[in-house]
Amino acid sequence: MKEMTYEFPIEGGDFIKAGHASSNVKKILNQLSLDPAIIRRIAVAMYEAEVNVVAHAYRGTMKVFISPAAIRVRVEDEGPGIPDIEKAMQEGYSTASDKVREMGFGAGMGLSNIKKNTDKLEIQSKINQGTVIEMITRIKSKGA
Amino acid sequence: MKIADIVRITDGKLICGDDVGEKEISHAFSSDLLSDVLTINRVGILLITGVANLQTIRTAEMAEVACILISRNKKASKEMIELAKDNGLIIIESPGSMFGNSGKLYQHGLQPLY
Ligand SMILES: Nc1ncnc2c1ncn2[C@@H]1O[C@H](COP(=O)(O)OP(=O)(O)OP(=O)(O)O)[C@@H](O)[C@H]1O
Ligand SMILES: [Mg+2]
Repeated sequence: MKEMTYEFPIEGGDFIKAGHASSNVKKILNQLSLDPAIIRRIAVAMYEAEVNVVAHAYRGTMKVFISPAAIRVRVEDEGPGIPDIEKAMQEGYSTASDKVREMGFGAGMGLSNIKKNTDKLEIQSKINQGTVIEMITRIKSKGA
Repeated sequence: MKIADIVRITDGKLICGDDVGEKEISHAFSSDLLSDVLTINRVGILLITGVANLQTIRTAEMAEVACILISRNKKASKEMIELAKDNGLIIIESPGSMFGNSGKLYQHGLQPLY
């Protein structure tokens, strides 16, 4: 299997479309013979990252790289950036707006949940420019 | 507990899910925080919630929740029902509160996650 690459747009503030990218990727992963528990972990992590772009940034993209050894998801956005990544990683820390909270988000658990569900997480952010989150999940194929 | 029993005990209405009455669910979780739902490490549960929007359905899709019980007479929109159908999710609407529904279902043997 060669590396396969997919790319999906993410629209800031759009809570109708939010989750569309992650849902598409999850359906692609479901077609590969992967451990369902690993697919679920990746799905949860990428959905949290996607919702963060919708909730906290202006626009972004989700890129997914699938190779036999690992799934790499890179979510890049144009947005306000994260001033203090260490603080943002803490459970319970959230700057979510009232609108975002009304949608059921803003518990401040997304980033720590991404960390729990991936093998490697890297966050880079520039104030007033944007944020890049890259997560890697190692895979063991069931069959081949 | 069978889906049909959950509907009966909560005075609920089955909004989507075909031939699911006999389907069994063992565990439930009540929350209005979708990120909290996304931390659950068990699939196939009942989610009791007061948050009724498209992201409730997306969250259930990602976390592989089997059934969503929407409390306090909140309604699932057409778009929510469509998305739930696409993903094989069951939706029940109930007039009861989250506390009331949780209590009744617990009393009838549905297990908590924590
Ligand atoms: N892409 C992003 N751009 C700008 N800020 C972000 C981004 N992602 C996260 N943040 C900041 O980090 C904080 C914590 O993020 P986290 O995902 O853990 O919680 P949340 O999104 O606020 O709530 P939850 O994910 O529990 O619904 C956010 O409140 C926000 O301040
Ligand atoms: Mg978040």
